[in-house]
Amino acid sequence: MKYVLCFSFLFLLSNTIQAQNVAVFDNYLSLKEEILSDKNTIYVVNFWATWCGPCVKELPHFEQLNSENKNIKVVLVSLDFKNTLESKLKPFLKKKSIKSEVVLLTDTDYNSWLPQVDKEWSGSIPATLIIKNGQQFFAEKIFSSYTELNEYVNKFTN
Amino acid sequence: MKKLASLLVLTVVFILSSFATDVPTPYKIGDKATDFRLKSVDGKMYSMVDYKDAKGFIVVFTCNHCPFAVKYEDRINDLAKRYKSKGYILLAINPNDPALEPTDSYELMKVRAKEKGFAFPYLFDEGQKIYPQYGATKTPHVFLLDKNQIVKYIGAIDDNVDSAADVKEKYLENAIAALESGKTPSPETTKAIGCSIKAKK
Repeated sequence: MKYVLCFSFLFLLSNTIQAQNVAVFDNYLSLKEEILSDKNTIYVVNFWATWCGPCVKELPHFEQLNSENKNIKVVLVSLDFKNTLESKLKPFLKKKSIKSEVVLLTDTDYNSWLPQVDKEWSGSIPATLIIKNGQQFFAEKIFSSYTELNEYVNKFTN
Repeated sequence: MKKLASLLVLTVVFILSSFATDVPTPYKIGDKATDFRLKSVDGKMYSMVDYKDAKGFIVVFTCNHCPFAVKYEDRINDLAKRYKSKGYILLAINPNDPALEPTDSYELMKVRAKEKGFAFPYLFDEGQKIYPQYGATKTPHVFLLDKNQIVKYIGAIDDNVDSAADVKEKYLENAIAALESGKTPSPETTKAIGCSIKAKK
């Protein structure tokens, strides 16, 4: 019984910790330096928000990618509003059991940081950035299936 | 065989180019923007040509459902009121297809306009023919035109969607001020995020 309780407690605790771990950045460059800087990692960065229907629809594909493709690391950068971290974002992540790393970027000076991600980005989301060995590949599009996403990622990572 | 191959290539190019012409090129600074005749929430039709004395037009693609558009509602209303007396007419256009986004229906536009006391025409892009010509890609998306409908500024209203109090750069207002003093807006275009426009493919 003691073991069951202990185990249940640890299990719940780990779930809570997982659910609460959303780093918040108020500017893109610090986010990049802290989260996307390992030269040996291929990052698949998805820009999304809980209020963006098409973004939410394609999240499962990124989750699948993260769990099945061991060559890459998915980072989900949420552009939700700062004051909705606790009220919207965290509950959403918990409900959907999101396992990929999630960070919140609250920098609303889009005109300054959007071009830092990609000069051609018109600002629509979802958008996906692949970072590999200092090179970047950007897609301002919706991935409508896992196959489509996987094929796209494999193009740049093989 | 060679002749057949070149004929095939030509056919493909022809077909592809006809597809290309179906998608209008987004407006750039300096392009002349198209006028329109769209129905507002008051049941009347509105066109830019109706405003003979206008010094310019603030065309805002916006809608009911998008949280970004909602955050800007009060600011858009305020801009409409303040600049009308200066001769700049704000016209808001909902570019979304209610079949894909039911909360952006004409009926709900009427409700929102009444709730918030919109002091500007809130127009429905019937058949979604206008927004593609402008090249609007999201809501909100602003096009500032001079009195000849020449595009002078494209992009965001200001640099802080989240908080009006924390705005540092009032892009649209600065652009209007530039036009007033015969200068070129700087920046002429800004980037912003918003909700994608809901249209059938």
